[in-house]
Amino acid sequence: MKKFDYVIKDEIGIHARPAGLLVKEAKKYESKIVITKDGKSAEATKLIAVMSLGVKCGQTITVEATGPDEDAACEGIEKFLSEHL
Amino acid sequence: MREFAGKSVYKGIVLGPVIVLKKNDYRVKREKTDDAEAEIRRVEGAVAQAQAQLQKLYEKAVKEVGEASAAIFEVHQMLLEDEDFQEAVNNTIRNEGVKAEYAVAVTGDNFSEVFEGMDDEYMKARAADIRDISNRLIGNLTGRAEEDLDAAGPAIILADDLSPSETVQMDKKKILALVTVRGSANSHTAILARMMNIPALIGVPLDLEEICTGTEAIVDGYGGKLILQPSLELKEETEKKIQDEREKLQLLHELKGKKTVTKSGRKIHLFANIGSVSDIGYVLENDAEGIGLFRSEFLYLGKTALPSEEEQFNAYRQVLQMMGGRKVIIRTLDIGADKQADYLNLDKEANPAMGYRAIRICLKQPDIFKTQLRALFRAALYGNLAVMYPMIISADEVKKIYEIVDEVKKEFEETGIPYRIPEQGVMIETPAAVMISDELAQMVDFFSIGTNDLTQYTLAIDRQNEKLDDFYDAHHPAILRMIRMVTDNAHKHGKWAGICGELGADLELTEEFVKMGLDELSVAPSMILRIRKKITEMD
Repeated sequence: MKKFDYVIKDEIGIHARPAGLLVKEAKKYESKIVITKDGKSAEATKLIAVMSLGVKCGQTITVEATGPDEDAACEGIEKFLSEHL
Repeated sequence: MREFAGKSVYKGIVLGPVIVLKKNDYRVKREKTDDAEAEIRRVEGAVAQAQAQLQKLYEKAVKEVGEASAAIFEVHQMLLEDEDFQEAVNNTIRNEGVKAEYAVAVTGDNFSEVFEGMDDEYMKARAADIRDISNRLIGNLTGRAEEDLDAAGPAIILADDLSPSETVQMDKKKILALVTVRGSANSHTAILARMMNIPALIGVPLDLEEICTGTEAIVDGYGGKLILQPSLELKEETEKKIQDEREKLQLLHELKGKKTVTKSGRKIHLFANIGSVSDIGYVLENDAEGIGLFRSEFLYLGKTALPSEEEQFNAYRQVLQMMGGRKVIIRTLDIGADKQADYLNLDKEANPAMGYRAIRICLKQPDIFKTQLRALFRAALYGNLAVMYPMIISADEVKKIYEIVDEVKKEFEETGIPYRIPEQGVMIETPAAVMISDELAQMVDFFSIGTNDLTQYTLAIDRQNEKLDDFYDAHHPAILRMIRMVTDNAHKHGKWAGICGELGADLELTEEFVKMGLDELSVAPSMILRIRKKITEMD
């Protein structure tokens, strides 16, 4: 298991379109990727679940990847987040 | 071949297939099934169909309104792929043994409630997206004809009547003509047809149940006729007429880019009336010099909650940016009991035209008003904005508006949020406002005469009552005298006056309006070039 924290910088938070792209990114990996905010968690491959975390600008999320490609998954998701959110 | 007569509200002639819009009925019955797996396959089929429809809508929207606004269809595609949503639908089918339509409806309701319950305005608004995709799926499952609007080619729309929120959502490029069973000459159908420059017939006695989508038809806006299954001969004749019309339009297009000036050099500002961001395409295509009436209701109708400041700010900013430096006059909220937004909980009124509406709601519920003003004043930094207030009857109302404007200003100053107070004007659409226009002219930057309401209040004729069409005289001398009075009073105090009602587009009156000294005419985009032609030919 590998994890990292990330602070959302997008002014609307994790809104629909980047959330959808995030899901696409997460589906590239075999590992199970879970996003947690304030004790609520969602699998990164599930769009509605990710959106309903309601992550706003300035809030911190924890991304946790578990599986054979967890290193690559964390790296890929972190890169995606810094580019889009 | 069958022929039906109706009242023509916009000239033109078209030939094409019809789409029959049955009354919207989103209530889905709970029907049982024995073959759950077959139902699940039906859902898969409906999802695939929806993906294709959305892809087409997305591509179209990118071309018409740009990528930022088109992204919504991409989001809908992504939502459709959501595993939780699909799983919930499948589980409902399997566990409850119900048909696909019901399972989709229930799942859509459940998921949209999740978003509605969130404390973030942006996320709350996503509930509408969930409902939209579930309605799309249900539409595909039931084969409801209106969904063909997205998938099929251009067609003639046959409907009982069209509501404002239905018209806002229509994919306008795919409509050849509008034909409604009900409706009056001033209904939304008529206004929409004029705006889109397509023929429209109202009051056509059709039995929509017995007409099939796909039937070939001619809509003849000159003769006020709808012809179903026309003969080959008539079709050929019609095609020739359509060709002639196209050539005439071509000529008009030569006036694009020309100034609206009379031969003696008097300049008229020729602006467009629109009701949604996507209409800006028509504004630019028809070379309007600005937007003289941007109805802000599109932000409020067809929603489940009030639009947030951010949502409004983004929409206004987008409009201003798309229009470059050209003037954009946005009218503040003009909702009443006749244009219901359920979340406002407005009571049903016996006489909504004279009821609790427009500025009256804004002054009684200043929170709603303030949110809109904040969004407008912030957006004002991005272009040439002017704001106008509807339904004014007294100077006192204008004073109260300015008090609220001052409060908003103070809030901005305290929080350091950048803003600009734009030009502010009032709509002159009540006889009261006309009579006190000398007083009002000293308080505001401009007048825009809303002739639709002004006419109905002055003549005491209900716009929506088709029985009164014979009594309705758009050229009534009372109205023309009022327009002159308002214009004179504006000029006396160094302010400008324009018309943004339907009358402004009346070619028979263009010359008179110019002579009266009106500074601006704001009309449906499709009328811009015709009026410009008229004015440039004037002395």
